Amino acid sequence: MSAATDAVIPRILKTNEAELLDEWLKEQLTAFRPGSKISETELRGQSKEFLNLLQQATQAGHVTDIQAPSFGRVRDMLGDVSRSRGLQGFSPSETATFVLSLKRPLFARIRTELGGDADTLATVTWSATELFDKLGLYTTEVYQKSREEVIKRQQQELLELSTPVVKLWDGILALPMIGTLDSARTQIVMESLLQRIVETGADIAIIDITGVPTVDTLTAQHLLKTVTAARLMGADCIISGIRPQIAQTIVHLGVDLGAVITKATLADAFRRALEMTGQRQRALKPRA
Amino acid sequence: MDRIPILKLRDLLLVSIQVDMHDRLAMQLQDELTAKISETGARGVLIDISSLDIVDSFIGRMIANIAAMARVLDAETVVVGMQPAVAITLVELGLNLPGVRTALNVDKGMALLESATPDVEDLPDADAGRTE
Repeated sequence: MSAATDAVIPRILKTNEAELLDEWLKEQLTAFRPGSKISETELRGQSKEFLNLLQQATQAGHVTDIQAPSFGRVRDMLGDVSRSRGLQGFSPSETATFVLSLKRPLFARIRTELGGDADTLATVTWSATELFDKLGLYTTEVYQKSREEVIKRQQQELLELSTPVVKLWDGILALPMIGTLDSARTQIVMESLLQRIVETGADIAIIDITGVPTVDTLTAQHLLKTVTAARLMGADCIISGIRPQIAQTIVHLGVDLGAVITKATLADAFRRALEMTGQRQRALKPRA
Repeated sequence: MDRIPILKLRDLLLVSIQVDMHDRLAMQLQDELTAKISETGARGVLIDISSLDIVDSFIGRMIANIAAMARVLDAETVVVGMQPAVAITLVELGLNLPGVRTALNVDKGMALLESATPDVEDLPDADAGRTE
């Protein structure tokens, strides 16, 4: 593409800035559903800033290369807009509409400008399309990425939330497991359990798997690893909350829980733990 | 050269590993500890590894071996003070140290050894308890 046609878009952006902004805003406002999540003033501010930056960026040449350094600020600004819209709960198409709705007013301007010259009109229109497609895709990409970050953060929070280590009695810890046990969770569970054993000097840890929906060979292996690690630290483990279904699965799978003490309910496990630490009498006295 | 001291405490041997364990040191400890057990007729061995931050499969196996050898020589072995990170590493390496007694700290390890190796005076009491 020649420099002459390259210069058309920045020129139009510059000379028609105010009209473009108005028409673009109208496009955007009709595209959004009523009760929109963003105010008109905010939208106007964003649109104005974007037009400004786009005009500066296109002036440096490379109209269709949005990865060029001259587009740095456009990319930053667009990224911020997409990210904030992603967090505000906009849909991907609503987010991309921000850029794509500028097409119609801009194309109209290009046509009035280059009305007579069909060849140049086609070339300029094509490069404008290319530019906006790229910008649109970029918006969607950033949007996607920001949503993925949200999901990742929530996963992390969920992981931390769902693995509490509770002190039940002197020297007795309980670990109520909720949800599926995968390698990542086992690692965190193991670490927090061992840390608590060191802090509290516990002799017994009760791992309650009432909240674990299914137990397969891998889950059982993870459980055994946790038990072994606790044993290496000098704490005995009791696995409790084994439902009949899970007991059947464990036997059918041929999983060997070895020397691990297993109990049906947390209450049974607690009773056993008190016996093992020789605290049973003391613990039951107030109730008698 | 580093040496790991082996302290005799009544009829127990106390080994506290305070330096970075390397392979030759582990071999040396194995030699010296077995010699010391047979020399003193110790009933129990307490190995404190609370200062050990890093283990590899070799050191892990050495600990298991030392414990097994001590047991053959009729001395109960307790490994105490293992760091959480070390425990996790050993488990991931598949070294479960079967047959090795463990305790959280020296205090608890001592209590465990005392209950595992009853003194001669205690024996009649234990028998009396059983006949009741």
